[in-house]
Amino acid sequence: MLLRRLVPHPLLSLLLLVVWILLVNKITVGNLLLGGVLGLLVPIFTAPYWPDRPVVHRPLKVAEYILVVLWDILVANVQVAFIVLFKPNAKIESHWINVPLELTSAEAITVLAGTITMTPGTVSAVLSADAGNILVHCLHTDDPDAVRDDIKSRYERRLKEIFQ
Amino acid sequence: MIEYALLFAMGCFGLGLLFNLWRIAVGPDAADRILALDTMVINVIALLILYGIQARTATYYEASMLVAMVGFVSTVAYCRYILRGDIIE
Amino acid sequence: MEQIVEYIIAAFLVLAGIFGLTGSFGLVKLRDTMQRLHAPTKATTLGVGGVLIASMLYYGLIEDTLSFHELLITVFLFLTAPITANFIAKTYMAQNMKAEDVPDTGREHGWSVYDDPPNPPVISDTAEE
Repeated sequence: MLLRRLVPHPLLSLLLLVVWILLVNKITVGNLLLGGVLGLLVPIFTAPYWPDRPVVHRPLKVAEYILVVLWDILVANVQVAFIVLFKPNAKIESHWINVPLELTSAEAITVLAGTITMTPGTVSAVLSADAGNILVHCLHTDDPDAVRDDIKSRYERRLKEIFQ
Repeated sequence: MIEYALLFAMGCFGLGLLFNLWRIAVGPDAADRILALDTMVINVIALLILYGIQARTATYYEASMLVAMVGFVSTVAYCRYILRGDIIE
Repeated sequence: MEQIVEYIIAAFLVLAGIFGLTGSFGLVKLRDTMQRLHAPTKATTLGVGGVLIASMLYYGLIEDTLSFHELLITVFLFLTAPITANFIAKTYMAQNMKAEDVPDTGREHGWSVYDDPPNPPVISDTAEE
């Protein structure tokens, strides 16, 4: 199909168009056209540098994921602020948590690591050498296993639906 | 109303800058100093935007965007230098 | 109406200031580097986010010049904050910790800071690296 050949990555093209409009900060016909052209050309020219681009299977799931993560970021901020302001240092129990991964694509793992860092009291520190586990540092928790299960059921399950 | 809120927010972020400066001076690790520098960049972005609201111009967005980008790249470069002893391999 | 909008913007500004200050305060208060990493990556992001929302409301509702730039800065900060945090964590681990200090992977290969990737690597070149 010709359309498929011309627009190999419709979502990426759309994203580039939106970013261009945001950058210019004015919606005119000229800007829309220029953004559209950029959105078509950039994916074609960058294709050699990014060979195995992931295919997003369910765009609606992406919207759901973004909303869930935004809500969690809000909650995370309040929680961490309370811990920082009102918990005495001696009572903060930090843990290292080892989370085994079921995701395999590099992009999915990157998104998961970013999500973990932005959400309640956890920072993703490092991957294992074969990218099968992720090491997470938790600011304060009584139950490290619950945090691990939470990450797996809340974020990894959704990402698996999106990327696989 | 907004003027007072602006002053309050500016005071908060300014005080935050002082805290960051203290952390940069005390250390004790390179990682602490990088973290404090990164936080400083974020605080400066907030201050720039607040100043933009106070002065009622939209000129400062470009500035804060540039600060955000340069701040990110410099943090990554600093970390990379410590991790690998080289920035571009 | 104008009055309500002003109160909302002021509330956003005050909240943002408190969160931003909390992030920087955590940097001073907490005990070790890994704990300190939590405060700025979270609190400060919401701090700047609040300022940007307030600015967008201000220009959109009071000055009547709709502006989207703030959204772009917010998205940029939300995308870069985890990457810098991850880099700083790796820097700290490489400099100050040994493989024994963190839990074992429970697999054949150790953490990538201390152990070389297997050949051929499963992931050769990602944003993590």
